[in-house]
Amino acid sequence: MAVPALANEPLLRVEDLRVEFPTRRGRLTAVDGVSFEIAPGEVLGVVGESGAGKSLTGAAIIGLLEPPGKITGGQIVLEGQRIDNLPYHEMRQIRGRRIGAIFQDPLTSLNPLYTIGRQLTETIRTHLPLGETAARERALALLRAVGIPAAEQRIDQYPHQFSGGMRQRVVIALALAAEPRLIIADEPTTALDVSIQAQIIALLKRLCREHGTAVMLVTHDMGVIAETADRVAVMYAGRIVEIGPVREVVRHARHPYTVGLMGSIPLVGRDVARLAQIDGAMPRLNAIPLGCAFNPRCQKAFDICRTQRPDLRRVGPVAVACHLFDMPPADAGRPP
Amino acid sequence: MIAFVLRRLLQAVAVMLVVSLISFALFNFVGDPINNMVGQETTLDERAELRRQLGLEDPIPLRFARFIGNALQGNLGVSYRMAEPVGRLILSRLPATLELSLAAAVFALLVGVPMGVYCGLYPRAPLARLFQAVSLVGVSLPTFLIGILLILIFAVHLNILPSFGRGEAVALGWWTTGLLTAAGLKALILPAITLGLFQMTLIMRLVRSEMLEVLRTDYIKFARARGLSNRAVHFSHALRNTLVPVITITGLQLGAIIAFAVITETVFQWPGMGLLFIQSVQFADVPVMASYLILIALLFVIINLVVDLLYYAVDPRLRLDRPGKAA
Repeated sequence: MAVPALANEPLLRVEDLRVEFPTRRGRLTAVDGVSFEIAPGEVLGVVGESGAGKSLTGAAIIGLLEPPGKITGGQIVLEGQRIDNLPYHEMRQIRGRRIGAIFQDPLTSLNPLYTIGRQLTETIRTHLPLGETAARERALALLRAVGIPAAEQRIDQYPHQFSGGMRQRVVIALALAAEPRLIIADEPTTALDVSIQAQIIALLKRLCREHGTAVMLVTHDMGVIAETADRVAVMYAGRIVEIGPVREVVRHARHPYTVGLMGSIPLVGRDVARLAQIDGAMPRLNAIPLGCAFNPRCQKAFDICRTQRPDLRRVGPVAVACHLFDMPPADAGRPP
Repeated sequence: MIAFVLRRLLQAVAVMLVVSLISFALFNFVGDPINNMVGQETTLDERAELRRQLGLEDPIPLRFARFIGNALQGNLGVSYRMAEPVGRLILSRLPATLELSLAAAVFALLVGVPMGVYCGLYPRAPLARLFQAVSLVGVSLPTFLIGILLILIFAVHLNILPSFGRGEAVALGWWTTGLLTAAGLKALILPAITLGLFQMTLIMRLVRSEMLEVLRTDYIKFARARGLSNRAVHFSHALRNTLVPVITITGLQLGAIIAFAVITETVFQWPGMGLLFIQSVQFADVPVMASYLILIALLFVIINLVVDLLYYAVDPRLRLDRPGKAA
C-alpha cells in the first residue's frame, strides 16, 4: 500500500476534497473541492471566517470528522500514501505518529483524571517501542522543550494544576510526543490570553523548525498567520479563494475577499478612523449562491460571477479563484 | 482531607441525632408505652409506679439523653411482639438483608455498567436499542410484579429455582450466610434480580448518557488524535470520567436497596429485616419499627460517607483544598 515517497513529493497533498453532511433536506457541502499541498517543514496558514470549512478540512485530514460528516470526494495523500480511505485501525496508527493535532481549547483537551505524565507516556508508548522508564524520560524532555519549569515536579501533577498557557504547552508536547511529520493546529491560541498567544505561537514555530515538522495552522487570526506561516490559504464558504506565499497574500491581496480581510486588521501605526468591513455575512451552507459564493458581498462582482463558479488559477506567485483574473474572455463582459 | 472527613462525620452525627429524635418520639408518643407492656387488670397505682420506675416521669430532654445512651450501648428496647431485645432481633435478621442487598447491587453494577457502556459506544446498534427498550420495562414495572413474574417463570413453570426462603444458611459466629451452600445461592438468585433490576436499568441508563456526554468532550477527541487505541480511549479515558455520577447513584441506590428490600423480602418470604419490619408494623411493635428506622438511617449515613470518600479516589480535582495554580 505504502508507495515510496518521491524526491519531489510534498508531505501532504489534498486533492479536490469534499466533505458533506447528509441532512433531511439534502446534503450540505461544507468543504467543496479543496486542493493544496504542504511541503516538509512548511507552515501553511488556513484563514477564513467561522464556518468557512477550515477546521473541517483539518479534521478530514486527520480522519476525525464527526459523524454524520464524511469525505465524499477527492483524496488525501500523506508521503505518497493515500490516507482518506484507510480503515479505522490503520488511520489510528497514523494519528499521533505521523500527523499530530492541537485543538483550540487547552483547558478541555487534557483528561482531568490523569496526570500529564501519564497522558504523555501513554501517547509515547502507543507509538514508540519504549519501556515505562524511557517513556518517562522522554516525557520529561518534552516538557522541558515546551518550557514547563520544574518539569520533574510538574510531570506528576494533574491538568487542573496548570494555567491555560501551560496546558497548551503540555498539549503541544503531547502532539509532538511521537515526532509526527505534520501537525494540524486548529485555532491553537484562540482560547488564550493575548499575552500568552504570542509565546505559544513562537514556541510552536521554534519546535517545528527544530524538528522539521510541517504545520497546518488553522486560525481566523490574520496576525498569527502573518507572523508564522510560509504560505497561506484563504477559505470562503468551503472553498479556497486564494493561496500563495504569505507576504504576497498579505501585501498584495488579489481576491476581493482577501482584500477585505486584510483591510479589517487593525495595525499599530496605521492611523485610520474606521477599519474596513465586508458587508453582509458568509452564506449558510444550504444557501450558497450560484456562481462565485462571494458575489453577493463583492463590490466588484459582474455578470459571470453570478452564474459561473471561478476556478483557482495561477496569477503571478499566487493562485486565485476570481473572474477578475480570468484571461480576457472573448464572450464574457469586461470587468468594470 | 482530614478536615473534610471530620466535617462529614459531624454532619452524620447531626443527621443521626435528628433521626433518633423522631424514633424517640415514635417510641414515646405513639400510643402509651405502659399500655403496651401491662395487662388489662393492672391498677392505676401500679401503672404509675411502673411509669416512675421506667423514668417516664422525667423531663423529656433527660429521657431523650437516656434513650441515646441506651441506643449507643446497643440497648434498643424490647420487642412487644416477640418479648426479645430488639438489638438481638435485628442483628439476627441483618445478615440476610445485607447479603440480599449486596447481591442485588453487584448484579446491578456488573450487568448495568457493561450494558450502559455498550449503549453509549454504539447508540444506533440494534442490541443497544433492545437494551434501551428492556430498561424501560425495568424502570416502569413495580418490584413486586417483577418478583411474582420471576417466581411464576423460574419456580412454577421451569421449577429450577426456589420461590421463597433463604435456602440453607450457615452460621459463622453471629453472622448467618447463605452464600456457602448451593441451596442458599440458588435461593438468592431470584430475589437479588428482583431487587436489583430497577437499579440495574437506572445504572445502565446513567452510564449510557454519561458515556455519550463524555465521548463528545475535547479530551476524548484529543485522545483519538493522539492515536490511542479504542480500548484506551473508551475505557481508561471515557469510562473513568463517567464514574463520579455512577458512584453517587450507586451509593444512594445501595441505601435504597437495603431500605426497600421490604417489598422483595415480603414477596420471597426472605427472613431479613424488611420482613421483620412489615410484621412489626402489623403488630404495632414500636420498638422494632423505631430501631429499624435508626438502623436504616445509620446505613444511609455510612454509605454517603463512603461515597464522598470514593470521589476523592476517582477525581483528583477534589483532592486539593486549594487548586495550586502556576503561571
